[in-house]
Amino acid sequence: MSDSHTEAGPILDIRGLKKYFPIRNAWGRRTGWLKALDDVSLTVRRGEILGIVGESGCGKSTLGKTLMGIHRSTAGEIVFEGNDIAGLAPSAARELRRDLQYSYQDPGASLDPRWKIRRSLHEPLVVHSDLGYDARERRVRDILRAVGLPPGHLDLYPHEISGGQQRRVGLARILTLHPSLIILDEPTSGLDVSVQATILKLFLDLLAEFRLTYLFISHDLSVVRMICDRVAVMYLGKVVEIGDTETVFASPRHPYTQSLLAAIPEIGGRRVTDTFWLEGEPPNPGDLPSGCRFRTRCPLAVPRCAESEPALRADWPGQAAACFLAE
Amino acid sequence: MAAETGPTDLLRVRDLQVGFATEGGVAKVLDRVNLTIGQGQIVGLVGESGCGKTTLSRAILGVLPRNAARIAGGSIHFDGVDLLTLDPTVLERSVRGRRISFIPQDPYGSFNPVFPIGSQIMELMKWKSPALSEREAARNTWLPRLHGRRRFREDRARVLDLLRSVQLPDPEAILAKYPHEVSGGQRQRLMIAMALLTEPKLIIADEPTTALDVTIQAQILKLLRRLATEHRVAVLFTTHDLGTAWEICDRVTVMYAGQEMEEAPSDGFFNRPSHPYTARLLSSLPSRDGGLVGIPGDIPSLVDPPGGCRFHPRCDFATEVCRRERPGPSSIGPDSDHVVRCYHPVVDHPRRAAP
Repeated sequence: MSDSHTEAGPILDIRGLKKYFPIRNAWGRRTGWLKALDDVSLTVRRGEILGIVGESGCGKSTLGKTLMGIHRSTAGEIVFEGNDIAGLAPSAARELRRDLQYSYQDPGASLDPRWKIRRSLHEPLVVHSDLGYDARERRVRDILRAVGLPPGHLDLYPHEISGGQQRRVGLARILTLHPSLIILDEPTSGLDVSVQATILKLFLDLLAEFRLTYLFISHDLSVVRMICDRVAVMYLGKVVEIGDTETVFASPRHPYTQSLLAAIPEIGGRRVTDTFWLEGEPPNPGDLPSGCRFRTRCPLAVPRCAESEPALRADWPGQAAACFLAE
Repeated sequence: MAAETGPTDLLRVRDLQVGFATEGGVAKVLDRVNLTIGQGQIVGLVGESGCGKTTLSRAILGVLPRNAARIAGGSIHFDGVDLLTLDPTVLERSVRGRRISFIPQDPYGSFNPVFPIGSQIMELMKWKSPALSEREAARNTWLPRLHGRRRFREDRARVLDLLRSVQLPDPEAILAKYPHEVSGGQRQRLMIAMALLTEPKLIIADEPTTALDVTIQAQILKLLRRLATEHRVAVLFTTHDLGTAWEICDRVTVMYAGQEMEEAPSDGFFNRPSHPYTARLLSSLPSRDGGLVGIPGDIPSLVDPPGGCRFHPRCDFATEVCRRERPGPSSIGPDSDHVVRCYHPVVDHPRRAAP
């Protein structure tokens, strides 16, 4: 949907990224590691929307936050626009934050309730640029128009506008610095479907207008299917499958992806309640099974799955999966 | 208003009007709402946030906040009695929690974090056990209640039975755990088991799968459907997710801004939506052929709602009569029980392509 500007190399290249959180007992002594991200490697191409899907606790939000520098990575490289940003000091990283922005689940909630919308929108420009008031005001008005809000809203407080409009303001705030990559963390959760549709349309319009790239973190597979170019499926800190959205949804290779797709209710189609076969819940991420992490729930598991961990195999055009048995 | 409960209708809400006192005036949250649930049916109550679905389910349970809610008119007939005129103490002792039970959206908030799960379930059985006779259950609630050893044993066996039937592994161990020690999916299974413990005729499930992951949601829906059939209990399933409604409901009622718009069997509702609002709602769902339509405009303020059909300011077909008066229920399409409240129902509906 945005092949117009895919000239240069990948905008973001993640290599072997790890983020371990210590598990401590009552005396503060470390008793183990919670591997929220375990050797994640993926590339984000310029101008695309890459979807990250998975159940809660699979590490998809940790991935977004580690990229953003909110969590410090344990190991691995994050190459953004040619620079490794994984181990940067906060002062050096601040420069990069202009181009790499993070949108929280509810961007409206990150607005200061005692500030008018104008002040909230000016703030990033005050921090990151040396523009004068008039120049800032011009840019803010442009952005506000782009997200579909009237300029009169600049003089309102956050509580005076609706939740959907707050989201638009939150987005405008991110866009004022003209970033190149935006990490959207669950951008549509908690929205009604009629509002969700308009917000998604806004994302697509902004992508084209500002030449953006999105990392779209979501648990809602039908939304991901509709707007993402490629999708990565995560399970307990690992990418188990990645590929072009159409390919992954049409022919999922990993058993976990298959079960995830089989669980989406499809109106007018077969009923999931008649056909769903996956049992059980994900294991405790602090105490992972040996070998493949999915084997405890996998219907295909064989002894080999417990012995070693399968790596991502790019055996299919535009698609890779981490499973010994996928074919 | 005469009790016109049919032989197969378990619950019949007619012309229910509920308002809430707010600082800006009375918010008219429910406007002459009708709802019917047959014996053993799973009825979906769908609508966007603020449409009044939670208020309706609370009104049926009789747990609307007493200081703010005003029930201005209508009736709620359950099993032959009008719950609105029933003595509140009778309602509390023999209906709520015994014949109508509740599954909340957030099961964590419904457990007391400082007591083990087992003792909380047994406390419930002490008061609401089906082994108690109607007279025992209706005894004064301020007296300490005995839980005789024999009844305790029977109740406990019953609890363990039900925990097994909701597929909880090792039920005895789970009863000894604290609420934070079990996962979200397991807590929701516990809630379903607790809702079934008192052998109710109606379970009100308020968005029971919203907080769950999609694979867990599929398991819970499957379980709920199976248990409702086995125990022959009716379910009022409120949700904003049309996909889950399609999964398990026999009938669906859609609400908008405090008015019910359309009521139909699941198949007719999803394949032949007749109300313009239903049609717009279904077409805003994400679909492969780019369903990015949405519904322009905002949900109206309930303090000063638009007259007539409350959807008219956002409706493509609205005419003068829609502004003046709310349309009455009329049946439409091949199903005689497909009821729509609209002057200009959508008639030619291209059937949604099956995948």
